[in-house]
Amino acid sequence: MKHEITLHVNGDEYPIAVDPWRTLNEVLREDLNLTGTKFGCGSGDCGACTVLVEGRSVNSCLTLAVEMDGREITTVEGLAPSGERLHPIQEAFVERGAIQCGFCTPGMELSALHLLEKNPKPTEAEIRSAISGNLCRCTGYNKIVEAVADAAGRMKPKK
Amino acid sequence: MTLSKFDYYGPKTVAEAVGLLGEIGEGAKVMAGGTDVLVRIRHRMLKPRAVVGLKRIEGLNGISCGPKRGLSVGATALLADVAAHRGIRRLYPGIAEAALGTANVQVRNMATLAGNLCNASPAADNAPTLLALNAELTIQGPGGERKRPLEGFFKGPGVTDLAPEEVVTAIFVPPPAERSGTAYLHLSARGKHDCTAVGVGVMLAMAGRKCRDARIFISACGPTPLRAPQAEQMLIGQVPTDKRMAEAGVRASGEALPICDIRASADYRCRVLGVLTRRALQAARDRAAKKG
Repeated sequence: MKHEITLHVNGDEYPIAVDPWRTLNEVLREDLNLTGTKFGCGSGDCGACTVLVEGRSVNSCLTLAVEMDGREITTVEGLAPSGERLHPIQEAFVERGAIQCGFCTPGMELSALHLLEKNPKPTEAEIRSAISGNLCRCTGYNKIVEAVADAAGRMKPKK
Repeated sequence: MTLSKFDYYGPKTVAEAVGLLGEIGEGAKVMAGGTDVLVRIRHRMLKPRAVVGLKRIEGLNGISCGPKRGLSVGATALLADVAAHRGIRRLYPGIAEAALGTANVQVRNMATLAGNLCNASPAADNAPTLLALNAELTIQGPGGERKRPLEGFFKGPGVTDLAPEEVVTAIFVPPPAERSGTAYLHLSARGKHDCTAVGVGVMLAMAGRKCRDARIFISACGPTPLRAPQAEQMLIGQVPTDKRMAEAGVRASGEALPICDIRASADYRCRVLGVLTRRALQAARDRAAKKG
């Protein structure tokens, strides 16, 4: 039996009927065409599917869409909603050369956002810990860590 | 690989969840955070007819912690919230360490303490410290509520004492004993993020310069988390010097039943367990001393 739910993704509402066994990752990519969120390992190890739910980073591949009814979801598409100006985290990733093949990038950026929203001035150790659930198989970790530190300086403090 | 097909139920009360489990019967699977259940479904190790999710049950994610009332963690409280909880970090640092040491950021934002126990992995990071602290489970079933010690709950890899229609609703930890300390240490193949290859959780209570009580539990070195009673006896009534703790560590590794698998060899596990046990005991002793 399909379940009628409403997903709130990047500020938009999507009333949708979903099969109970479908993951948030599948619904984002296949039904909503938000393919910025990737599918990697399917088991919570690689972090390519990371999205924020109510501001917290989760693996969308291990989240049932049916359990996301009414929850606020942020995907990489929500980082630069205007489509004109990149988010400071994205700017830092581009300028610091933190992107190689790009497959891990959306997840990395959302993990960075999850960190910086809570901790605007993280240490290097805190950054490395924050992205420990995101694997980069190009192994470009140093540039990514530098980019997150750089982004911390670019983001306006929330008050 | 997509998930196999199942029905989903999101009960709003524990009683409703227990009722559903009875109605659905065989093939019903209780799910809290889903980080184990959904992986097992994806890998075709589990093919439930129906998933009964607990997340919509109001109040089940509560954490209550105090020096007199002890610690109570609801079944859907997240590992991230357990790890970050100030009261837990102050009164039960070993529990916070174990929660923080489980998997990675995203998984801790979804997974629960109760789920980690009910999944009954021999490598469950949160089991040893809770066992060392005499944790108790609150379980709801068709006949009402029962409580049982966590010790003895694990029957084998993936197998617990829980009946099919029962749901663990909370984990209770008694108030910390006077002048006691806890610690959890673990190792895995890659940093601390991979599945634990060797883990040890300890509780040490002091009286004067001597050790009054000791509880040592090992993970990932047997079919369930294991107790090391001989190592405990080497400490109780003794002055816990570094040397004695090293000896207790060696004894604990003799009490383990490790296998060789993809994460480590049995020999490696035994050697490392001795060292980890010594270090965990030292950390617990130092914490007990700080409490005066």
